[in-house]
Amino acid sequence: MTKDNRNSNRFTISRRHMLAALGTGAGVMAMPWIARAADDNIRIGFPTPLTGPFAAEAKDQVKSAELAVKQVNDKGGVNGRKVELLVRDDKLNGGEAATRTLELIEKDKVHAIVGSLSSAVQLAVNEVTRARGVLYVSISQSDTINEVKDFSKYTFHEALNPTMTTAAVARYAFKKGTKVAHLVADYAYGHEMLRGFKRAQAAIGAETVGEIMHPFGAADYSTFMPRLRSMRPDILCISNFGRDQANSIKQAVDFGLKQSSKIVVPVLLHNQRLAVTPEVFEGVVGGSNYYWGLEGTLPSAKAFNDAYRAANGGAIPTDYGAYGYTGVMSLLQAMQAAGGTDTDKVIAALEALKYDVAKGPQYYRKCDHQSVQSVLVLESKKKADMKGDSDLFSIVANEAPSEQVLRTCTELGFPT
Amino acid sequence: MDTELILMQLFSGVALGAILVITALGLSIIFGMMGVVNFAHGALFMVGAYAGLWVASLTGSFWWGLLVAPIMIGVFGMLIEFVLIRRLYGRSIDDPLLLTFGLSYVLVEGVRIVFGSDGIPFPTPSLLTGVVDLGVGFFPIYRIFVVGLVFAIVVLLWLGLEKTKFGLIVRAGARDPMMMRVLGVDISKVWLAVFGLGIGLAALGGVLAGPMRSVNPEMGALVLAEAFVVTVIGGLGSLVGAIIAGLLVGVVISMTALFAPEMATIVMFALMAIVLLIRPQGLFGKLA
Repeated sequence: MTKDNRNSNRFTISRRHMLAALGTGAGVMAMPWIARAADDNIRIGFPTPLTGPFAAEAKDQVKSAELAVKQVNDKGGVNGRKVELLVRDDKLNGGEAATRTLELIEKDKVHAIVGSLSSAVQLAVNEVTRARGVLYVSISQSDTINEVKDFSKYTFHEALNPTMTTAAVARYAFKKGTKVAHLVADYAYGHEMLRGFKRAQAAIGAETVGEIMHPFGAADYSTFMPRLRSMRPDILCISNFGRDQANSIKQAVDFGLKQSSKIVVPVLLHNQRLAVTPEVFEGVVGGSNYYWGLEGTLPSAKAFNDAYRAANGGAIPTDYGAYGYTGVMSLLQAMQAAGGTDTDKVIAALEALKYDVAKGPQYYRKCDHQSVQSVLVLESKKKADMKGDSDLFSIVANEAPSEQVLRTCTELGFPT
Repeated sequence: MDTELILMQLFSGVALGAILVITALGLSIIFGMMGVVNFAHGALFMVGAYAGLWVASLTGSFWWGLLVAPIMIGVFGMLIEFVLIRRLYGRSIDDPLLLTFGLSYVLVEGVRIVFGSDGIPFPTPSLLTGVVDLGVGFFPIYRIFVVGLVFAIVVLLWLGLEKTKFGLIVRAGARDPMMMRVLGVDISKVWLAVFGLGIGLAALGGVLAGPMRSVNPEMGALVLAEAFVVTVIGGLGSLVGAIIAGLLVGVVISMTALFAPEMATIVMFALMAIVLLIRPQGLFGKLA
């Protein structure tokens, strides 16, 4: 009997604890709701992969997005309303990103979503925002997001897309008759980049001598190197992202491939160049949306860099980081023009928007909501030519914004 | 498909296998002697790479990093055994498994806090940069060095276990720890040393991998999976098994990369499944 008593006692205590805990929980959950109902802030959800192999780029995105929000708030907000940024870790996983996005919409009542770094993950976010009718400014490269099948009138694609990037890089690096070997990450990003390069090659008259798909996130690329070498390419084209880029280029250089061919990538990443020594990346050519060195010729880049330096202890913004700024800024400027957060009005404002916040003039094309913007082609500098630790690349081409480099609306499947 | 290419591919596989051998050896020694499934092995591989980088930048020489880091991390491993793992002997196999699993998270997070989550450059030592002509094609000198060093360590380890008194005690202790106690051998000291040795080997693998792959907090995760696959194929606790299976897995991955590159990662799991179906105890494992 005593044993039973003790057990029932324990149960009551735990039940009491649980009731108390439930009470507190309900209170915590209710409070921000009350606070939120009272305030008039504009909330922007920002899912990005803070952990995992793209973490370096994701953290830079957050810093840039925070800078945009701070600058707008310092000037009195959007029509007098303060802006809040709600950052969530999407863990580079589509399911996680969809859950976080849904939470941001349902629980946090955000007015718009900006973010997601991986091409595959952004499509998951796009599914959710399309179904819920919530504005989404995507800041990761995708081609399919522009196509009719995935298109959502609520989605604006601020990032470059693979067609633009690869075309600019190919125009700079390929010639008629150039022999190109492709090493490609076996997922959405890699496939889209390969497709873009092949489209550009066909236009130029360059020839593919072979293509190898490598598993996403592989640690060792040595086993692909003898085969790539045996293809005897003029250009080795490596289409992968994040840590995969630093690793694969390093191992290609170890195997002496740079002595016989030039290495070209669709997107040359600031943080990955920093993850290896300058000698490894020396002479590697790739596309980019942004490079801090633009500040020499472009006032908006200078202003962005200066503000970023002031906010981050002298650090400079990076390529994928800058997307956080341009994405949030374009959205907030449109909200300002629309006079609030009414979704349809903001969509109309974004479609009419002309903005230049960091990299020269940009605007969203009406049919597919792709941001028409400049495309940079960068070349990684020799160590001896670097004027400082962050003087990584020289800008070898800067293609002016033009709808000519995009696939036409008809090609994407939109009615004309 | 010419013979030169196949020979080059074979050699890439051996070089890849060398790294697998060194990590799987440590895992296998620890399991074979102490029955501990060390889930922190990958994390300690990564910590070894960081330690190597740290010592190398402090002394300005890769060679000091290569020598000192494995010893440093080996001693750290002994500390782990003494403070944490020792308490769990005699309990089910799950307890040390869960403990080391948790430990791996602590180590990865710790390194993130200290060194950040971005990769850090680990340049190839200048003496070993460049490629050498093997007659069938060019191969990085550094990878040839890794193959040679791993071979030397395997020989040393074999001599140590087969020809010395310590080796005799270790082998006997693995077979029947109780009898060793009765004979007056302090088996807990032997286990301490063995754990330190196993972890030191993991750290050595990390330092060796540094100049080939970039150094980052997540680099151990994949290595852990590979090391387990190798250990299972070779037979849990078998040293010969770890060596043969490591090389086998390396060569199989490499040959797959030649014919079906996108399968290069999956093939080792397929190989493990086949081996387990035919020989559940692994190639060199003994039936329990």
